[in-house]
Amino acid sequence: MTPDIGALIQARVGALLAEYDPAATGRADFLRARFDAGLAWVHFPAGLGGLGAPRALQALVDAELAAAGAPDNDPRRIGIGLGMAAPTILRYGTEEQKSRLLRPLWTGEEVWCQLFSEPGAGSDLAALATRAVRKGDDWVVNGQKVWTSSAHTARWAILLARTDPDVPKHRGITYFVCDMTDPGVEVRPLRQITGEAEFNEVFLTGVRIPDAHRLGGVGEGWQVAQTTLNNERVAIGGQAISREGGMIGVVAETWRRRPELRSHELHQRLLKGWLDAEVIRLTGERLRQQLTLGQPGPEGAAMKLAFARLAQELSSLEVELLGEEGLSYDDWTMTRPEIVDFTGREAGYRYLRAKGNSIEGGTSEILRNIIAERVLGLPAEPRTDKDLPWKELAR
Amino acid sequence: MSAPDLLYSEIEEELRSSVRSLLADHCPPSAVLARCEGSEPYDPGLWRSLAVELGAAALQVPEEFGGAGASLRETAVVLEELGRSAAPVPFLGSAVLATTVLVECGAGELLPALAEDGRVAVLAVPFSTAPGTGFPTGVRVGGDGSLSGRVTSVADALPASLLLVPAVGGDGPGLYAVEVEAAGLTVVRRTSLDLTRQLADVTLQDVPVVRRLAGPGTAAAVLDRALLTGAGLLASEQLGIAEWCLATTVAYLKERRQFGRTLGSFQALKHRLADLWLETVQARAAARYAADALASGSPDTAVAVAVAQAHCGALAVRAAEECIQLHGGIGMTWEHPAHLYLKRAKADQLALGTPGFHRNALAGAVDLPGPVG
Repeated sequence: MTPDIGALIQARVGALLAEYDPAATGRADFLRARFDAGLAWVHFPAGLGGLGAPRALQALVDAELAAAGAPDNDPRRIGIGLGMAAPTILRYGTEEQKSRLLRPLWTGEEVWCQLFSEPGAGSDLAALATRAVRKGDDWVVNGQKVWTSSAHTARWAILLARTDPDVPKHRGITYFVCDMTDPGVEVRPLRQITGEAEFNEVFLTGVRIPDAHRLGGVGEGWQVAQTTLNNERVAIGGQAISREGGMIGVVAETWRRRPELRSHELHQRLLKGWLDAEVIRLTGERLRQQLTLGQPGPEGAAMKLAFARLAQELSSLEVELLGEEGLSYDDWTMTRPEIVDFTGREAGYRYLRAKGNSIEGGTSEILRNIIAERVLGLPAEPRTDKDLPWKELAR
Repeated sequence: MSAPDLLYSEIEEELRSSVRSLLADHCPPSAVLARCEGSEPYDPGLWRSLAVELGAAALQVPEEFGGAGASLRETAVVLEELGRSAAPVPFLGSAVLATTVLVECGAGELLPALAEDGRVAVLAVPFSTAPGTGFPTGVRVGGDGSLSGRVTSVADALPASLLLVPAVGGDGPGLYAVEVEAAGLTVVRRTSLDLTRQLADVTLQDVPVVRRLAGPGTAAAVLDRALLTGAGLLASEQLGIAEWCLATTVAYLKERRQFGRTLGSFQALKHRLADLWLETVQARAAARYAADALASGSPDTAVAVAVAQAHCGALAVRAAEECIQLHGGIGMTWEHPAHLYLKRAKADQLALGTPGFHRNALAGAVDLPGPVG
């Protein structure tokens, strides 16, 4: 970090607060001004909400603005936009796309969702069958997507569609930005084991996407998607947490408050869980010290793998700890939560929701493959599908 | 409390590379294997190069006592490399446990012999002694000030010339330095599970004392500090063991073919190695945190050591067990070095408190008490 950049950021923060008093400025106005001052994400380039500064300096900006009572962009509500769409648009978008899309994405005025998974393409995402066919300056899209959070509130989606069925599956995919207000987009809630519907199914029927909304080259969607997916794993597993942050904090609190529930067997499991949580916290801290700059690597996959296992063990332990109370559930009513909190609601919900942690954003099995192949350099399983044209695959 | 530095400095990386090349030259697995059943299970030549020429014995010794004035962070890096090669040198016993006692007691006049002459000192406690479990009472101070008693399973005692003995006298606990050559002192080699860090039983009969290092006011605290330091840094050795086991197994699975395929292409095996890699990455963070906490005197040291030892102690054993299993038949042979690491890892798991002991220590340290009554 150069002292110049640090000083520049300090000055920008001061000037922003002087010109837009948080107490007297509307939320959206303040957030737009913050974006224009380059204080949205300081590691982004100037003109796109950043200052080309080290990513590590963002925490400083966030802390100072929070201390001044400034509103934030409610990052939990727009996580897909911030964590997945934005880094991809920044890396592969045209100048027009970047200047049109990034500002309302960051301020939260335009919510984003992700149209990747399909009923027939989960772990094998590259097998996806949603078709995009070129018609003049547009692409016409038909297909079905699934596990789409925020689809019912989203203005835009990042979309993978097959543009060439005659080449092997990884090579015939193109990456688009899809307008969710297109009349051919139909969103239906997808109810999950917790009773609520956090996700959606999305049916695409004759959706028209201008070619100007393509991200990256035709047929290069798979490479573009790697940026999105690596960032997703970081978003899921890579947050800075304090000691006893996350699920362990919830369970430890119950343990301390309810001595009558304790048993020796659960005590051993709790201590093991506390230990694992602390080791994961330290590992995340070490990774952050290594990666204060730069792109997320396979370490993000490792963190997500560890996080999922721990969340499942601890939430399972908590239901057992509660004994008779663990037999009840708070509410099976189908609701549509806008914010998902893995540690929210009651123990039964946390137990059931944690089951998704090892499936969403890359199953734990796929993540182990990624580690084994990309980190340890072990060979891939022999495959029959890699070099066949997509249309000849058994599906 | 400043933020812990969990990375390695440039100096630490340079130290690692010096130690690694020394070990590559002096202690390939075949040499370690050949030595362990002989009459001289420790390698005095290697020890001299490591301790004196490379200066590793003096890393944590303050400059005022003729040491390098480095810190326990650097000492931990040396232990990682020693774990990686299962090196038969008394570094943990002498440069960590005994040196911590001497530094804590301000026994400056005894330190140059260790740092400059390559002499070996050991703390005379069973290797399985955990920190904070009470002062040993097996050795008594007689009316004439001499020591009598017995201490079993002392690690690294075979090559030692100086023993630091916890003993109880009329005024309470104390720590005493005695010469191994002194009349009335015998050191008898045990048949040890760990072939590369052997144990010995020490018997004392009216053994004269060189000097009392600590009296009733400080002896217990010094002993605990040394055991806590040993337990925290042992995690770095365990990390090194796990790394060797993982790297060796990955390399083997890339070569070995069965069913017309490289074994490493089978998902059932890849997933096991991915899990092992993940736990090793975690072990590095935990071990670094413990070393940093010990080096900086952090108020979180007790938790840092318990976390590191509970995680790394179990991991090293698992890594060695996976190494043997995934090597198949060759892993079960005496000829293949995997068993040296399994034996080292299993002994290390029991050393200075088991993973279960350290997990239970967390109950008090982080306010997660067990059932009432």
